[in-house]
Amino acid sequence: MHLETKLVQAGVGRDTITGAVSFPVYYATAYRHPSLGQSTGYDYTRTANPTRKVLEEAIAEAECGDAGFACASGMAAIHTVMGLFSQGDHLIVSLDLYGGTYRLFEQVLSRYGLQFSYVDLRDLQAFAGAIRPETKAVLIETPTNPLMQITDIACVAGIAKRSGLLTIVDNTFMTPYYQRPLELGADLVLHSGTKYLGGHNDVLAGLIVTKGAELSEKVRFLHNSIGATLGPQDCWLLVRGMKTLALRMERHQSNALQVARKLREHPAVTDVFYPGLDDHPGYEIQSKQATGYSGMVSFRVRFSAQVGPFLENLRIISFAESLGGVESLCTYPATQTHADIPQKIREYVGVCDRLLRLSVGVEHPDDLIHDLIQALDASLVAEGCRR
Amino acid sequence: MKFATKLLHGTSCFDPVTGAASTPIYQASTFHQADLDRPGAYDYARSGNPTRHALEEAIAVLEGGARGFAFASGMAAISSVFMLFSAGDHVVVAEDVYGGTYRFLTKVLSRMNIDVTFVDTTCVEAVERAVTPRTRGIYLETPSNPTLKVTDIAAVCHIAKAKNIIVIVDNTFLTPYYQRPLELGADIVIHSATKFIGGHSDVVAGLAVTKDAELGEQLYFIQNGMGAVLGAQDSWLVMRGLKSLKARLDVSTQTAEKIARWLANHPSVAKVHYTGLAGHPGHQLQSRQASGHGAVLSFDVGSRERAKALFDRVTLPIVAVSLGAVETILSYPAMMSHAAMPAAERERRGITDGLIRLSAGLEDADDLVRDLEQALEGVEAALSESKSKAFSGA
Repeated sequence: MHLETKLVQAGVGRDTITGAVSFPVYYATAYRHPSLGQSTGYDYTRTANPTRKVLEEAIAEAECGDAGFACASGMAAIHTVMGLFSQGDHLIVSLDLYGGTYRLFEQVLSRYGLQFSYVDLRDLQAFAGAIRPETKAVLIETPTNPLMQITDIACVAGIAKRSGLLTIVDNTFMTPYYQRPLELGADLVLHSGTKYLGGHNDVLAGLIVTKGAELSEKVRFLHNSIGATLGPQDCWLLVRGMKTLALRMERHQSNALQVARKLREHPAVTDVFYPGLDDHPGYEIQSKQATGYSGMVSFRVRFSAQVGPFLENLRIISFAESLGGVESLCTYPATQTHADIPQKIREYVGVCDRLLRLSVGVEHPDDLIHDLIQALDASLVAEGCRR
Repeated sequence: MKFATKLLHGTSCFDPVTGAASTPIYQASTFHQADLDRPGAYDYARSGNPTRHALEEAIAVLEGGARGFAFASGMAAISSVFMLFSAGDHVVVAEDVYGGTYRFLTKVLSRMNIDVTFVDTTCVEAVERAVTPRTRGIYLETPSNPTLKVTDIAAVCHIAKAKNIIVIVDNTFLTPYYQRPLELGADIVIHSATKFIGGHSDVVAGLAVTKDAELGEQLYFIQNGMGAVLGAQDSWLVMRGLKSLKARLDVSTQTAEKIARWLANHPSVAKVHYTGLAGHPGHQLQSRQASGHGAVLSFDVGSRERAKALFDRVTLPIVAVSLGAVETILSYPAMMSHAAMPAAERERRGITDGLIRLSAGLEDADDLVRDLEQALEGVEAALSESKSKAFSGA
């Protein structure tokens, strides 16, 4: 079965009592036991909920994994997975990384004796060189956020396997529609379901997909014990969003490519980062390991003084955090998503104060391009006036 | 303002734009920013959501704390609060703590090198003896689950204060209606809001309240950093439940007391644990530090066989895990709430094979008593029949 079909069919036929095509939202927290020691399979909603199960099975199937787990947020999913590790363990993590993940690692988990090295995973030798006896896992974001650097998942997973490390991939930017890391050798996939999977800027959620019975059981234990599970209404919203994932991704991608091409023609823009441009340094690897390039575009304006006027002049595109929704959003990583990464590291990586990140929505591409061009023009005028 | 009024008017609960009497459900994950230099009150729903915020303010006011937090479940609240500690820290925990908390502490947190000592916190001296120079926190559940042992919150806080130790109290069983631990000196209160606060068996949620703003800021960092937050729809459901908390608890507590007294006089019942009974060892203390005894009781029918026979015969209560609902719920701690605890540890804490926990709901008390009566009679009849069969067989 194709992914589009799998996604649309999620939960269909599951409600055998009424035949409802949309699986119901089970708000019950407790489930009546037929007798002492007997269970319907549901005891307490934190442990298992019928609506959440539809979502968990759908994402596991979409990612070609063995088990899925729905969490209260993307960060809750990452935190739950970090429960696999113990004091003294070491992890290697993509250098260009979502600020919230960096903050969790450096300001919370480091207090528990977990150690993290941030490595440019495009450089396989650097990765291999960073492996220590106590290294337990590698966490890959590809494309990276926000610089769209591409890591070769199969190569990293291969080295990781030989060294006895788990390979964890944050697949938020690509979704299983374009990229399936478990098929490339990864052991565990993470999602901020808030983004493309939900797709409507209306639900906060995280997902975990595992490969193998043993790892699945470990994560199941942590998911229930830590308790950062997703509520039934939010599970239902996420399933609803996932049914249109394929349609939306196609539109996000074609809009993003047009926007990326137009942006580089504009005199106010110095760099455009989109892995679907054939001169992007990661284009070949991306084309090999994924079937698409998704809808995220980052770019640098010429002067940092343009940023304020540019954002103020946007009419259609909202200046807001987050990404992956039907509505286009523009983010300023330096003060928003990556504010928790020390300035020195941020700038070394390339997340400077001229960088903007666009989550290209599903509006008409001409309207988006027009909005961007007029705001860029206005930002140049404003910058010129200030000089 | 009295508590019943505070439940409805403690915070401005109407929508300022439309005047709607019920806080709207903001099912938004992100918020448009008007100005780069002046970020709005909300930017991303994990960091803050207006519906969740309304609930967080409400619980802070009710517990008399500086700041409230809503989490994805009671366990998410507990695991997040424990992240305030660091590797090498030591925590003293009530020994008959909820099985899920016990599991988290012994199977997850222990790997992060946080030492936990379980003590009988009803003995204040035992708490004091367990404290070491590395002790950073004391964690209490009072009354405890399911044997309803009562810990002197103020006395424990007194020990802690002198040593700069944080006292955390799980207030799920009594809610701020009957007990306000922050007023007794505690630093953080935790709730499984799935229970009495939500009250309708329809939402899993956790809450935490800190006494002061500084601890609040630390916990906010963890809530946002770890992200185990409560969704907007669920936040709204918890607020909806909260409005009738007093009305529900008044009825359920009366019913629990009536059932406890009736069970205490029943020949098939070996023991009844309910702090409202004058013979309960914690009765005096409970009457002093709380304004009510709550709706949960437990009783011992002597054996697993008898417990099973009773569960098979009751018709009104739901046989399920969880508690604190409009429906009366009967649970079997040995296999449900405390299944995560090793058998020897369980028995030592009085969670015997014959122990049954009852959470009184809103059904008529006489109906519930009659149902338990017919079930207990049935148990005796069935067991004497099987005994006589065994004799005739021999």
